[in-house]
Amino acid sequence: MTGSSLRHHSIKHGPALGALLFLLIGIPLLSAWSPSFQLGIWGKYLCYASLAVSLNWLWGYTGLLCLCQSLFFALGGYMMGMHLMLLIGKLGAYKSDLPDFMVFLGYKTLPSFWQPFYSFIFSSGMVMLLPGLVAFIFGWLAFRSRIKGVYFSILSQALTYAATLLFFKNDIVMGGNNGFTDFRFILGMDIRARSTQVLLYEGSVVFLALCIGFIAWITHTKFGMIQQAVRDSENRVLFSGYATTAYKLFVFTVSAIMAGIAGAFYVPQVGIINPSEMATSKSLDVVVWVAVGGRGTLYGPVFGAILVNLLKSYTTRYYPDYWLIISGAIFIFVVLFMPNGVVGLPKQLSGLWTKFNKWRSAQEAVPQAS
Amino acid sequence: MANPPGILLALEGVTKSFDGFKAINDLTFYLDHGEMRAVIGPNGAGKSTFMDIVTGRTRPDEGTVKFYPDHDSDIDLTSLREHEINRLGIGRKFQTPAVYENLTIWNNLLISLNRPRGLWSTITYRVTSEDRDRIDEILKIVSLGDQRDAQAGYLSHGKKQWLEIGMLLAQNPKLLLVDEPAAGMSDAETERTAELLLSLKGKHSIVVIEHDMEFIRRLGQKVTVLVQGHVLKEGSLDAVSEDEEVRSVYLGRKREKKIAA
Repeated sequence: MTGSSLRHHSIKHGPALGALLFLLIGIPLLSAWSPSFQLGIWGKYLCYASLAVSLNWLWGYTGLLCLCQSLFFALGGYMMGMHLMLLIGKLGAYKSDLPDFMVFLGYKTLPSFWQPFYSFIFSSGMVMLLPGLVAFIFGWLAFRSRIKGVYFSILSQALTYAATLLFFKNDIVMGGNNGFTDFRFILGMDIRARSTQVLLYEGSVVFLALCIGFIAWITHTKFGMIQQAVRDSENRVLFSGYATTAYKLFVFTVSAIMAGIAGAFYVPQVGIINPSEMATSKSLDVVVWVAVGGRGTLYGPVFGAILVNLLKSYTTRYYPDYWLIISGAIFIFVVLFMPNGVVGLPKQLSGLWTKFNKWRSAQEAVPQAS
Repeated sequence: MANPPGILLALEGVTKSFDGFKAINDLTFYLDHGEMRAVIGPNGAGKSTFMDIVTGRTRPDEGTVKFYPDHDSDIDLTSLREHEINRLGIGRKFQTPAVYENLTIWNNLLISLNRPRGLWSTITYRVTSEDRDRIDEILKIVSLGDQRDAQAGYLSHGKKQWLEIGMLLAQNPKLLLVDEPAAGMSDAETERTAELLLSLKGKHSIVVIEHDMEFIRRLGQKVTVLVQGHVLKEGSLDAVSEDEEVRSVYLGRKREKKIAA
C-alpha cells in the first residue's frame, strides 16, 4: 500500500484543486478589468475572506476559538492607516501637516511615535509586528497557564473589548472615536483612482491565495498533523513529548499576523478605520463566516465570508433592522444542521440522498413481501 | 556515580495533598528495569495521582521521584515538565482512550514516533523508510494493519485502546504507565490486551493500574496494593489477596458489593 504517505491527499485531488484555484484566484484577478465590477465591495470581501481563513487555521485546524481576530485585523489596519494619514499632508481640512484629528485636539507637533510612520516600509513592518507581538504576549500568558477552550475564548474577547475601549480614547492619539479617514495617497498614487484600487484589489486576491496556499501546504506536513492532534487530544500530544504551548503560540502568532495584513489591505480600499472595526461583535462575525463556510476546510471560510457578507449587504439595504437576527439565526442553523458548512453540503446531501433511496427501496419491498 | 542496581524508577517519601486531602501519603515505590507491575487499590487510593506525579502533571509536596534510565544517569522528575519527562522515555496511557480521532491510524502512529519534536523539525519532516518500517511493525503488534488508512475516530473502543498502546510503543519508552487498559472492553478484547502487554514485558518496564481482578490474575505479575495514598502491601496476587488487611479494605469491600448486586 502506498496510500500511507504524508501527502497523498493533494495528489488525489489534483484536477479539482486546479479548478478551484482558477475559481478562487483566476476569476477574481481577471474580473477587475471589467469596468462595471464593484472593486470596493469585492476588495472588502476578499480581505474579510483572508481574515476568515486566518481564524479557521486557528479554530478549525487547532481548536482554538479566538475572539480577538478582529482586533488583529484592526491593528494591522491602524498601522497602515497611520501611514496613510501622514500622506494626506496639507490637503486635510485644516491645511496642516498634522492629521486633522490632531489639529482638532490641539496638537502643535507630531507625537514622536507617529514619526516613523512616514516610511511605508516601517508601517508595513508594523502591520505584521504589532498584531504578532500582541498575540505572542497574550498567547504566551494564556497557554503557559493552560487556559483552554471556552476560557481562552472569553479571555480573548475581554482583550478585544479592552483594546476597543483604549482606541476610543483621544489620549492615545489614534483618532479616537472617528479613527482615520479621508486618505489621499498610497505609494505616490491617488488612492481613489480606479487604477490604484485595482492594484489594491489584486493585492488582496494574491494575499488570500498565499494564505490558502500556506495552509494547504502546512496542514500536510507533520506540523499540520500535530496541530490537528492538539485539537483532538492535547494531553496525548503533550505526553508524546511535544511542547504544545510552543505549537499553539506559533499558530496563534502567525494567524494574528495574517489577520493584520488582511486589515492593512482592507483600510486603503474601504477608506476608513475606527474602533468599531475591532469590536467584539466583529470577532463574532468572523466566527459565523467560518462556521457557515465550513470549519476546518481549506476553502470554506472564503465562501462563508463572501456569502454572509453578500447577504448582509442585501439585508442591511432592504431590511436594515433585521440583520442581527438573521445572522444569529444563520449561525444557529449552521451549527445545528450543517456541521461542515456550505463546503460540506454536497457530501451531506448525497448522504441524505443515499439514506432516502434506501428508505424508499425498503418501502417498496414491503408490499411485495406481504 | 553508581545508581541503585537494577532500579529504573524510585519514589521515596512522596506526599501530595489537595486542599488538605492527602491523595498520596508517604509513598515509597521502586520499579526494576524490565519489570511489569500491577497497581491496584480502591477508588481514591491515589492511583491516578501516582501517575500524575511520575509524568509531571502534578508536583509532589514532599519526597523524591528519581528515574534511572541507564547505569550512571539519575534524573529528578519533579523538576521537569510533561513533554520533557516523556522525551526521557516515560510513556503514559490514559484511562479513556486518547487518540487523534480525525487523523488516520497511520498518522496517529507517525506523530507518536520518537523523532525530533521541535517546530522546525516537524515542518521540514519527511517520512523515512526506517519510520515506515517501524510503523508497520507496531501495526502488526497491535493488530491494526488492515485499518491503517482509516480514521481513528471510527475504531471501536477496544481498538482505540490498542492504538493508544501502539502510539506509546512508537515513542519507544523505557517505562510504560498504563491506566486501566481493560476498562470497557469485551472479554475477548481483555484477553488480547493482557497478551499484548505481556508480550511487551522485558523490552519495556510497565506499570499497569487496573480494577479488574481477572485481568490482574491473567497478567500474573507482582502486585502493589495502594490504599489512601500509601503502599499497603506488595507481592504476588495470591499472597496479597490472602492478606487480612488487604481483604478488609479492598477485596472485602468488593465482595460485599458483589453480594449487594
